[in-house]
Amino acid sequence: MDQPSATEREPEEPGDSEQSRGSGASRGSGGDAAASASVIDTRGLTKRYRGGQLAVDGLDLTVPVGSVFGFLGPNGSGKTTTIRMLMGLIEPTSGTARVLGRPMPRASRAVLPHVGALIEGPALYGFLSGRDNLLRYDAADPTADPRTRRARVETALDRVGLTAAAAKKARAYSLGMKQRLGLAAALLQPRKLLVLDEPTNGLDPQGMREIRSLVRELAADGTTVFLSSHLLDEIEQVCTHAAVMAQGRLITQGAVADLAAGARGLLVVTTPDTGEAARVLKEQGVADVVAAEDRVTGEPPERDLAEVNAALVAAGVRVRGFVLERASLEDAFVALTGEGFDVAG
Amino acid sequence: MSQADVAVAEGAAGVGGAAGTAVRPSPLWTLGLLRSELVTTLRRWRTLALLGVLAAVPILVGISVKIETSGDGQAGRGGGGGPAFISQITNNGLFLVFTALAATLPFFLPMAVGVVAGDAIAGEANAGTLRYLLVAPAGRTRLLLTKYATTMAFCLLATLVVAASALAVGALLFPLGGLTTISGTQISFTEGLGRALLIALVVAASLTGIAALGLFVSTLTNSGIAAMATTVGLLITVQILDQIPQLHALQPYFFSHYWLSFADLMRDPVYWDDLVKNLELQTLYAAVFGSAAWARFTTKDITA
Repeated sequence: MDQPSATEREPEEPGDSEQSRGSGASRGSGGDAAASASVIDTRGLTKRYRGGQLAVDGLDLTVPVGSVFGFLGPNGSGKTTTIRMLMGLIEPTSGTARVLGRPMPRASRAVLPHVGALIEGPALYGFLSGRDNLLRYDAADPTADPRTRRARVETALDRVGLTAAAAKKARAYSLGMKQRLGLAAALLQPRKLLVLDEPTNGLDPQGMREIRSLVRELAADGTTVFLSSHLLDEIEQVCTHAAVMAQGRLITQGAVADLAAGARGLLVVTTPDTGEAARVLKEQGVADVVAAEDRVTGEPPERDLAEVNAALVAAGVRVRGFVLERASLEDAFVALTGEGFDVAG
Repeated sequence: MSQADVAVAEGAAGVGGAAGTAVRPSPLWTLGLLRSELVTTLRRWRTLALLGVLAAVPILVGISVKIETSGDGQAGRGGGGGPAFISQITNNGLFLVFTALAATLPFFLPMAVGVVAGDAIAGEANAGTLRYLLVAPAGRTRLLLTKYATTMAFCLLATLVVAASALAVGALLFPLGGLTTISGTQISFTEGLGRALLIALVVAASLTGIAALGLFVSTLTNSGIAAMATTVGLLITVQILDQIPQLHALQPYFFSHYWLSFADLMRDPVYWDDLVKNLELQTLYAAVFGSAAWARFTTKDITA
């Protein structure tokens, strides 16, 4: 756990992950990309607790560099156990986990300074101020420069909008403020990977929006974000990739667009002229056209929908409404797990 | 300052760009956690309350001795009970230091240490802060060593608080001056003060065993209260067992068995045998339970 360096035991590595901190992060990320295009890579990762309960079962998870990766699953599906294994807090029963190209938990000391994490909600010292909490967490990192500590803490506080409350005791913080402070702790240093477990928990809608834009901002800077959430529309809004877990197993993973494409959207045209509308829509390449009362529905074609609408109007169809009901990730999710999302596994 | 440093670092590394702020970590930075730990421990209300209780013990002893002897002017000759040296306080306030240490060592001091040591890991686990310290990454061995060092620092601080409070109360209520050792020889007040400091250090060292024991217990549970209660419970159990004559053969291995040997420092010449045995025993406890704590903590699944 406390090996000074895993470099000598990892001959296939260029051995620059540790040095990259000293001589330039830009080169480091290039080196990582060359070694492997994934930030997180698990093979057959399994955790069986002492009670015999199988929490995670043969997980093969791949998180591409630069992605915003949504990690989905009902409560009790093994998400948190997986995150704890990735962070070196729990020893896997079998299988391997590599984070930033290095094996965990063996290379914890080299890997974790590049990783910011929010795991199962924030945890703070109630008797310390928000600022002092961050100073303490920063002091725990032996690679954090004490000369820049105060400045970095102020920047992190500012980034999550807590500067005004920084001197208040953390005990007096609301859940949303605690959540922000936890995020600030993850942002104390420039990170290559951010692991955020339910980051918008306890936040008001405005706070959620702020966190989403913060995540986008970080992703734009090249940070890979690994986001676990049970809020599907949140994942849909910010994530480029997603994985779905249920009962300890990985059900699917891939780009969000591909996942949602599994359950395609629905084109809904509201019109009194249903017969004519159905004919035009079929012509325009809409599949599975169904006409009922004043609605015609079908699977949208590949072509631009504006042209479909134009064709309808040109054919004299009186259109009251023309809507593409997008298949949500939730539809895809329900299709995959065969159950409602919030049902505990 | 950082501007200049960064510029130098960039020049030395020969790498420009945004990455220039990354400076090679200095080995000294690792001590930042110890400093943070010491400060955090002292800012806990509980720590201050424990120190307050410890500071109050000499005040109580001093005042009660003063009240009891104010009538006839002579020390409680009839009683003969109470902690060591208590009968000599009225002649010399410095003896209050020895009395206070003798009065707090069997229970108050180790209880305070048990609370701090028991809470060390389990309290962080209970609050959930342990996982954030570990992903910082504090490093498990480093965190454990920091916790043990902080607990030992607390042992020393707690002992010094008792000694300082006793010295202040003794100086206020009783005369000071040269003193008579247990062996009957006279030593100057300055030398007496030196002996008092030495005794405080020995008392602090006597607590390293229970500190290691408490730390080990602390790695076994995620409840700070449970760890504190267990440690203090063990202390009481051992103190009771140490009084049972039938267990005579086992008693030399109890961590508290030689605690009161510090009185031998008041002999002239100093009688070292039990003092050395005490320090050996404390080292043994620290080694055994320190290793056990390390073995447990470095392999433990952190689920809190």
